[in-house]
Amino acid sequence: MTGALLTLLQLALTLAAAPLVTGIVRWVKARLNGRRGPGPLQPYRDLLKLLRKETVVAENASWLFRAVPYLVFALTWLAAAIVPSFATGLALGGSADLIALVAILGSARFLLALAGMDVGTAFGGLGSSREMMIASLAEPAMLTVTFTMALLVRSTSLPHIAEFLLSHDVGIRVSLGLALISLMMVALAENGRIPVDNPATHLELTMVHEAMVLEYSGRHLALIEAAQMLKLVTYLSLIACLFAPWGLDVGAVPGHALALGLESWLGKLLVGALALALFETGMAKMRVFRVAEFLGGSLLLGLLAAVFLYVSQGL
Amino acid sequence: MLLSVIGYAVLALVALGALGAVAGRFKATHDVVYGGALAASLVLLGAALLAFGHGDAAETLTLPIGLPWLRGHLRLDLLSAYFLMLINLLGAAASLFGWQYARHEPEPARVLPFYPLFIAAMSLVTIADDAFLFLLAWELMSLASWLLVLSTHEEPDTSHAAYVYIVMAATGTVALLLAFGLLAGSAGDYSFDAIRTHQLSPLLAGAVLILVLIGAGSKAGLVPLHVWLPLAHPAAPSHVSALMSGVMTKVAIYALVRILFDLLGAPDWWWGVVVMALGAVSALMGVLYALMQHDLKRLLAYHTVENIGIIAIGLGLALGARADGLDLLASLALIAALFHVLNHALFKSLLFLGAGAIQRATGERDMERLGGLIHRMPATAVAFLIGAAAISALPPLNGFVSEWFTFQAILDGAAFPQWLLKFEVPVAGAMLALAAALAAVCFVKVYGVVFLGRARSDAAARAGEVGRTMLVPLYALAALCVLVGALPSAVLALLRPLAAYLLPGGPVALARSSWLTLVPFDAGRSAYSGFTVLVAVAVLAGLASLAVRGLASARTRRAPAWDCGFPDASPALQYSAASFAQPIRRIFGSVAFAARETVDMPEPGDARPARLEVEMRDPVWDWLFAPVARAVAYVADRINIVQFLTIRRYLSLMFAALVLLLLLVAVMQ
Repeated sequence: MTGALLTLLQLALTLAAAPLVTGIVRWVKARLNGRRGPGPLQPYRDLLKLLRKETVVAENASWLFRAVPYLVFALTWLAAAIVPSFATGLALGGSADLIALVAILGSARFLLALAGMDVGTAFGGLGSSREMMIASLAEPAMLTVTFTMALLVRSTSLPHIAEFLLSHDVGIRVSLGLALISLMMVALAENGRIPVDNPATHLELTMVHEAMVLEYSGRHLALIEAAQMLKLVTYLSLIACLFAPWGLDVGAVPGHALALGLESWLGKLLVGALALALFETGMAKMRVFRVAEFLGGSLLLGLLAAVFLYVSQGL
Repeated sequence: MLLSVIGYAVLALVALGALGAVAGRFKATHDVVYGGALAASLVLLGAALLAFGHGDAAETLTLPIGLPWLRGHLRLDLLSAYFLMLINLLGAAASLFGWQYARHEPEPARVLPFYPLFIAAMSLVTIADDAFLFLLAWELMSLASWLLVLSTHEEPDTSHAAYVYIVMAATGTVALLLAFGLLAGSAGDYSFDAIRTHQLSPLLAGAVLILVLIGAGSKAGLVPLHVWLPLAHPAAPSHVSALMSGVMTKVAIYALVRILFDLLGAPDWWWGVVVMALGAVSALMGVLYALMQHDLKRLLAYHTVENIGIIAIGLGLALGARADGLDLLASLALIAALFHVLNHALFKSLLFLGAGAIQRATGERDMERLGGLIHRMPATAVAFLIGAAAISALPPLNGFVSEWFTFQAILDGAAFPQWLLKFEVPVAGAMLALAAALAAVCFVKVYGVVFLGRARSDAAARAGEVGRTMLVPLYALAALCVLVGALPSAVLALLRPLAAYLLPGGPVALARSSWLTLVPFDAGRSAYSGFTVLVAVAVLAGLASLAVRGLASARTRRAPAWDCGFPDASPALQYSAASFAQPIRRIFGSVAFAARETVDMPEPGDARPARLEVEMRDPVWDWLFAPVARAVAYVADRINIVQFLTIRRYLSLMFAALVLLLLLVAVMQ
């Protein structure tokens, strides 16, 4: 019963916090660029405005184009509800492990890429093609990270990994560091952040994600933007859960631990958002075919992490 | 009892084939053959399912016919029953589809005799219990499918495809023949019972492994022996393509499992290394080949290579784990492989039948001439979408379940004591993840180019939905993809006893699974529930649409596409299949296919169009088959003089041969 309540709480909180996190990233980036920028609450207003506007659907769009925003939003929201963000006792935690979580986000991307092809424009196809290319390179890297965690913890279940790391002293390991870097590179690529994609671009030829959703407007666009914000929170929570599970409520003392869990989660999100903004300000976007090298590097780091663990465990 | 029912059903199929041969010209024969094939397949399917009720006890039957020293033996055990079920489930679907699809076949006498024979031969392979009957059925299967490929002999590519196919099929059978020779030993008892008790030295067992990998692997389509598959599978009529790609490759997997896990005895750990490596290479190369294709059916055939690779990774893990005594891991990997056998059969047949529906509606297989079919063929589009998502291993559909099992087995690969296996497993895992992700890219391409966007040719613009008889099997298969994905425990109820039967003595993985949740080892390690994911997505999507209905403006307007203010007038300006795959071609193609792009850009003022030329080479063909073909041609040229000798020289040649043989006998004794 508490599992269900916790899940409902997490569903509500991630949805409520997602625009704020994106808003903070944008605001800090603007400040670092020397602009005043809109306040951190701007994404809420944007979403509301999009919801209230008329929705324009291209003439030859099919039912798929109109169904995809709801499905993408639902899949991403489900993914957000699986990652233990402030407590490990989530009702859905046992329904999908790390591999299934990545695959659920993969389903959302598959549908979105199809919707990009639906209207039959050049930009939609370009965005879909490049988004799928980036994803196909990110997924093996993600698996090597999973492999490292499975070697260390002998589990791919997220609540179990967090509980293990909290209760065992695994120490500071080179493998964990490499896996963390690898996962962060994957997260940058999956969320379409600099240096892989630029979420703020308005130059057509550099767009990847934005080109894919170019034909969307109104309530459909609001759902897709909200899904994108949820995905960012999901990845930040995932990195926190795998590499910094401190403060997570593991169900020992009810009430008190929950408050601590919530506080530490919000703190981690804030730190993650600040770090992302700093990183994006300091980097330039790379050419699209350099992405292969970037993610190839991530894959090799992940494999190296696994190999180091083998060697250290084997000796 | 069950076995005689199965035997009579197989005989009935053979009789239908004979009827097709005799009376193929009459209209009524078509209905009798396809209706009869459907009924026989349903009987066989029912018998196979009933056989699972018998548990481990195998049913045997000795036929009154056969070789003078070897009666035909039939045997129905859990492994046979599983594959028999698969063959006839898909056989029934294909027969129903073909009933309408092949009605206007220009030359029915080229299909009708061989179609029921093909299903009969595949069913017979699974219940054969001696090497002679097995090889007979195997050859019958090859020949029937070869003749079915030749039924489209008027198309320009068919004769080449059929030629490559018959060469590869013959090579494969020779390898299997030699493998059975080694298995039976010098005693020469070819019944499987005798083979089971016959122990081989490790060296000979290794030789059998290699021969079986050549024999069954070429039929299954393992790289580098896959070359015939993307030529032959698409050339056949679509309902036959579905059976060749979805089912006949599985009969080859049956042969692999039967020989490696049942007949050959305890494995060596390096077998796992070899099989897993072949699987990983096949998975990755198969999907890369597929991405470069724009012929829809050929692309699907290349995906068969990929999925056979995934199955082989599971089998390789199971072999290695069994050799090292890791029984739990072995059973999980074996269940993963056999589960993927079922899943691939389901979605690949669905996709091939869908491609057949498209071909019937538009006459096109070239994706660059399709587009927008979701408007013209809405029912086919939904079924095909489910198939495309399933083959891309997306939850909550069935393809994901078996790939998830494979990943779980891979993640347990650190348990291997050998360093070679320890390091191979994560690399194979990364290759599998890459292959799975690229499969999703490929099917976004397929679905996006064929069904979405705008029509690229008149044929696609004028297409109409196909008839109900063709849609029923499509929807039945699509429903199975969803059901197996959401409630895989029903399949596990068949697979766990089968794994226990093939790996006797050890514990069987997934013991803690319930109908809702899959738990490979224990709940702390990993768990997945397709049903929960399905329900949760439905509930959350419902919530989202309710919230949007309450909060948002419902005003909707249809308008021309935006496309950054420059909507293109011509459908030719859409992203095509080639342009969609271009990033992948740039990244992987230069290594895998030595792809080279040359841009011919005319000078300003020059009116000729700009051209982009892409040149790709098939490494397997260049490095393996072309040298072999050259060597064969060279030797044939040299031997050719033997054809024009004088009688004196022929006689001396015979004499020399006789002396040599006598010498050999003398030395041997």
